[in-house]
Amino acid sequence: MTRPARTVVPSGLPRWLFVPAAVGGLFVVLPLTAMLASVDWPRFVELVTSESSLAALELSLRTAAASTVLCILLGVPMAAVLARSSFRGLPVLRSLVLLPLVLPPVVGGIALLYTFGRKGLIGQHLEVAGISVAFTTTAVVLAQTFVALPFLVVSLEGSLRTAGRRYESAAATLGAGPTTVFRRVTLPLVLPGLVSGAVLSFARALGEFGATLTFAGSLEGVTRTLPLEIYLQRETDADAAVALSLVLVIVAVVIVVGSRGWASRAVP
Amino acid sequence: MKQNSGRAAAVIALAVLILGTLSGCGSDDTDSGERITVFAAASLKSTFTELAERFEAQHPGSRVEFSFAGSSDLAAQLDQGARADVFASADQRNMAKVVDAGLTAGSPVDFATNTLTIVTAPGNPEGITTFADLARPGTLVVTCAPQVPCGSATQRVESSTGVDLAPVSEESSVTDVLNKVIAGQADAGLVYVTDATGAGDAVTAVAVPEAAQAVNTYPIVALADSGAPETAREFVAFVTGPDGRAVLADAGFGEP
Repeated sequence: MTRPARTVVPSGLPRWLFVPAAVGGLFVVLPLTAMLASVDWPRFVELVTSESSLAALELSLRTAAASTVLCILLGVPMAAVLARSSFRGLPVLRSLVLLPLVLPPVVGGIALLYTFGRKGLIGQHLEVAGISVAFTTTAVVLAQTFVALPFLVVSLEGSLRTAGRRYESAAATLGAGPTTVFRRVTLPLVLPGLVSGAVLSFARALGEFGATLTFAGSLEGVTRTLPLEIYLQRETDADAAVALSLVLVIVAVVIVVGSRGWASRAVP
Repeated sequence: MKQNSGRAAAVIALAVLILGTLSGCGSDDTDSGERITVFAAASLKSTFTELAERFEAQHPGSRVEFSFAGSSDLAAQLDQGARADVFASADQRNMAKVVDAGLTAGSPVDFATNTLTIVTAPGNPEGITTFADLARPGTLVVTCAPQVPCGSATQRVESSTGVDLAPVSEESSVTDVLNKVIAGQADAGLVYVTDATGAGDAVTAVAVPEAAQAVNTYPIVALADSGAPETAREFVAFVTGPDGRAVLADAGFGEP
């Protein structure tokens, strides 16, 4: 009885799985390599350090950071409610939260336009109060938060579910109130999930294009983020667009890989 | 193990089959000599769609298919080896790229012109009547970025009038400018006359004489590696002839 089991265990995976897996891996890596190969290296530094490129990169980093903070402030409570409570309509709510993930970004942009735009549902009242979101950096942050929020919620909700509730119950029986339990037990327990969720939403915010273009506009230093700058540079200088694309890829890789390393160390 | 390799073979066979089907999709296009693909600037979408219907009616058996996109995208695609029979650009610069790459059959023919106009919310609530009004403080103006043709035209008008605009956004396409005005995000925008005509009642167009300083000319050409050179040439002649003239004029295009 033990013998067949021993022969199966070492490999674990059916070997043929590696063929489509490798094809899939190549499918992701190959285009990036092709882009890397077509970078105009002698002009690289000059291309990525132009005034408008630096302005776009700085704006992108600032807005992505701001929208990540917003994602944490809104997403942590959302994930907690989705993972730890039960009421009618919860499955529907969970699907709705995921919606920005599957919507084309331009649709998100149009939706935001009719909400926060100058004539929008909320925007028209803000406008009366003297607050204008249109064509401001705030609009960029809203667009990025809209598309990035589900990444944090999904990732954190998953962690909350796998973490279980044993420690929370123990803390509660020892007399801790719900807020103390949430702050001292639940959050530290799912910190790696929270960090990887925050990183994912940062990376998604950094890459946001369609919703920003549709909703926020495109002005250097104010609303023209790195993806928008790349799109515009394509019109006149394809080499600059490729060079800036590489910068965006590098920033994304550093953030995602770096945080993975951190999260795997943080797991007890 | 035998069973495994059998399954592996089945999976690989399936993968080959899928890839084969995918790559096979494009091949049947070249069979018919009467079918042409026209790469045309996005601003030509409605006029060229109508012209294609008329062309097909006059040339039974022919089929005109389109790829509409920004002229620079289309020029880049052609440069990368995209198959097409006719190229219609919204500006001379991108046509020059295709000509310089040696992809054309014959020389391009100018077939239309387009000029800028101001668009505002319906009824022009801000009372904008001149180009200089766009520079009034508090007026939210949206233009095209200087990198795209409508933006360079805007710059030419600015320098010829000495009016410096401070747009709240420099969009990468003229449709984006138009949509910002239609949505009420911006008070005014600078778009082509044809965009304003196409938008109908959604905007009010304010014609400015200064726009004559920046006339955009549209060239069209048959391409060298066409699979149906005869039909391609006929389509170019059709666009540049009286039928083309009539449809283009209706849409607001000027004569070349």
